[in-house]
Amino acid sequence: MAATPQSVPESPAEVADALRQAAYLADDSTALIAFLAQRLGKPVLVEGPAGVGKTELAKALSRSTGRELVRLQCYEGLDEAKALYEWNYRKQLLQIQATASARDEDSSPVGMGEIFTEDFLLERPLMKAIANPDPVVLLIDEIDKTDQEFEAMLLELLSDFQITIPEMGQISATTHPIVLLTSNNSRELTEALKRRCLYLWLDYPVREREIEIIRLHAPEIDEALAGRLVDVVEMVRELDLKKPPSIAEAIDWARTLILMGADDIDEKTFRESLSIIIKHRTDLDLVAEKIVPRLGGANGSS
Amino acid sequence: MADAPSGMAEQILAFCEELRSEGVAIGTSEIQDSFRALEIVPWTSSVDFKEALATTVAKSPKDREIFDLIFDRHFFRATEHAALEYAPEAGEGRKAALSEQARDDLSMEALAEAIRQAIAEGDESAMNELARLAIEAFGRQGEGSGVVGVDMQRIRRGLGLSPSGDTGGDAESDGERLDRDQIARFERQLRRELQRQQIQRQGQLPPARPLSELNRSLPMRGAQDLAAVHKAVAQMKRRLATLGHDPRGAKRGRTVDVRRTMRSSLETGGVPLNLKYRPRRPRKPEIYVLCDVSTSVSSASTFFLSVLHALHDSFRKLRSFVFIERISEVTHVFEEERDFSAIAEKITSTGGVADISGYTDYGRVWTEFLTDVSADLGPRSTVIVLGDARTNGRPPAEDVFARVADRANRTFWLNPEPELYWNYGDSVMSAYTPFCDGAFECWKTEHLEQFVDVVASGKVETSQSTARKYTSGHRY
Repeated sequence: MAATPQSVPESPAEVADALRQAAYLADDSTALIAFLAQRLGKPVLVEGPAGVGKTELAKALSRSTGRELVRLQCYEGLDEAKALYEWNYRKQLLQIQATASARDEDSSPVGMGEIFTEDFLLERPLMKAIANPDPVVLLIDEIDKTDQEFEAMLLELLSDFQITIPEMGQISATTHPIVLLTSNNSRELTEALKRRCLYLWLDYPVREREIEIIRLHAPEIDEALAGRLVDVVEMVRELDLKKPPSIAEAIDWARTLILMGADDIDEKTFRESLSIIIKHRTDLDLVAEKIVPRLGGANGSS
Repeated sequence: MADAPSGMAEQILAFCEELRSEGVAIGTSEIQDSFRALEIVPWTSSVDFKEALATTVAKSPKDREIFDLIFDRHFFRATEHAALEYAPEAGEGRKAALSEQARDDLSMEALAEAIRQAIAEGDESAMNELARLAIEAFGRQGEGSGVVGVDMQRIRRGLGLSPSGDTGGDAESDGERLDRDQIARFERQLRRELQRQQIQRQGQLPPARPLSELNRSLPMRGAQDLAAVHKAVAQMKRRLATLGHDPRGAKRGRTVDVRRTMRSSLETGGVPLNLKYRPRRPRKPEIYVLCDVSTSVSSASTFFLSVLHALHDSFRKLRSFVFIERISEVTHVFEEERDFSAIAEKITSTGGVADISGYTDYGRVWTEFLTDVSADLGPRSTVIVLGDARTNGRPPAEDVFARVADRANRTFWLNPEPELYWNYGDSVMSAYTPFCDGAFECWKTEHLEQFVDVVASGKVETSQSTARKYTSGHRY
């Protein structure tokens, strides 16, 4: 974590190293795009199935660059009062009353300029990211959950890093934030938004990388068991499940196996710890039907 | 691109042109981005170069697929073109680079073994070398046919490469496991090398052809289709949930948002002149899907069932029915079963929808639906009919259907036949369209996406239904 928030990386390898130190193993394209995002100052749109570490990437970037993480969790019905800024109307009312009584009744009414200043502004995440004197990592999580109007509102922020407040004018970013938008691809995002972003498709990691990730987060696990675990998780992911197991769940499972003192995944351990990676009743049935017999077979032959 | 080889910028522009011609939307600003990205990326590394280009111009998994196909083709052609222009004897030099000893010593088995190892290690440059060796070895045996596809087949068979999964090999240790992807990588090298040699032989480039539909939609597998249907339905979910509720009593029962009212009242000196309302939370739609499973739609019914299957994943309040002569509720089947084939099996075997003849009887189906279910229909209900409207000469009973449509908020009809065939023969589509909010042809995933788009844009009009739009209370 030698990097200061202001410094800019020299090469993709440097970014990969920094992310590794922040306990995130990035593949080549992820590191490259993280590097490009910092050098070009462009937002990154990260898409991929749930649980591949999209949000974690933002957190790791924040750790590795030493920048503060500002997070905006999107949901249906999110509006600008909750995402950008809001006027602190209580304080404004008090101000009006206070000045009115101080000036007595004969004086002029309170001017707009007096109550529409930064003192009366409530900063919401996007505003906070822009106005922060230190550069930040801004994570706009699950952008696909909002509606297109909200997306349109983001465009000004994403291309120019500025926000327009009708009563005050523009507020521009003093520093360049790293912006990550994640999407679970539940709907098509607008072209306008995509055009302003770099695009990163994150998928489940390849076998070797996932083993590495698991061993990084659960160091006590031995290599053979980690390999076996990843094989089983990959098998489970190939089924048509409502919710395939994520990387985080694979790590949880590895920790569980360590606690259980298991040295191989046989039918019994699998059944006992199944609920760590499968969280849906119908999925449980399907996995029990399709995976358990295959486990037994492989176990018998080895 | 100060230190880039001359012509690189043009190459990238030409490449983007080619992508555009394949339907990837690339804006000028995105091309500028790619140039800026390539300025700071060590573009001599082909992986970095490709990824930097991809991240700036290909912005969806589908675009990325096309990007990969075009990228390989375009830059392969570009290098070959340059090779032909500048160094006619480059091919000879390349051949000589292979050590004599390696060429003589390698028997077929040793070659296959070496290739397997290189594939397992994922060593691209070794694979490239070995691909060339393999071609040469087969060429020596006098088996080179000059046709790329034929040679590929021969070499593949000669080397005996097959994914480990196919042989069931439990004896194989981890180190020797080869999966399909790894082998595919080697075969790509092989194909490229064969093409290169062909180009050398002929001294010219084959003409560039647009990607065929087939190439684009690869890989075409059942599961893939199912995934596409699921995706389209997931989009539909959002749109059905948020659209089409406003018509009736839009202003009734709205709650005042005190905070926002106070805030706006500041402009009027604290007097709340303009009331602000809380945004309406989208109501959860109730969906009723009626799916024809008779023999006349047998080709489409797998598709329809997969639509149903996907719908069940997305909606809580969904009741599904299948019908032929009678109607039968199958909601419970989807709740109990997860696996698609099991569901299809169960529905066809135990649905109990065919009475005697096995021909669809729409009139009877509507009547049954009306008596059994329509009491539950209300202003939140959406009825979706999946069927071909072929009544086999039986009365269509459109008046009964009209009553169903009247009770539901919205009614959509998805017909598995192209619009051209509607109303020919025993199809009575025109009897029903006046009562639908929309009638669509639907026999591919794209149509389903179109349906979603049309519903979303609010312009529910098809050529069939425009003239006789059913207007009472349905506004869009």
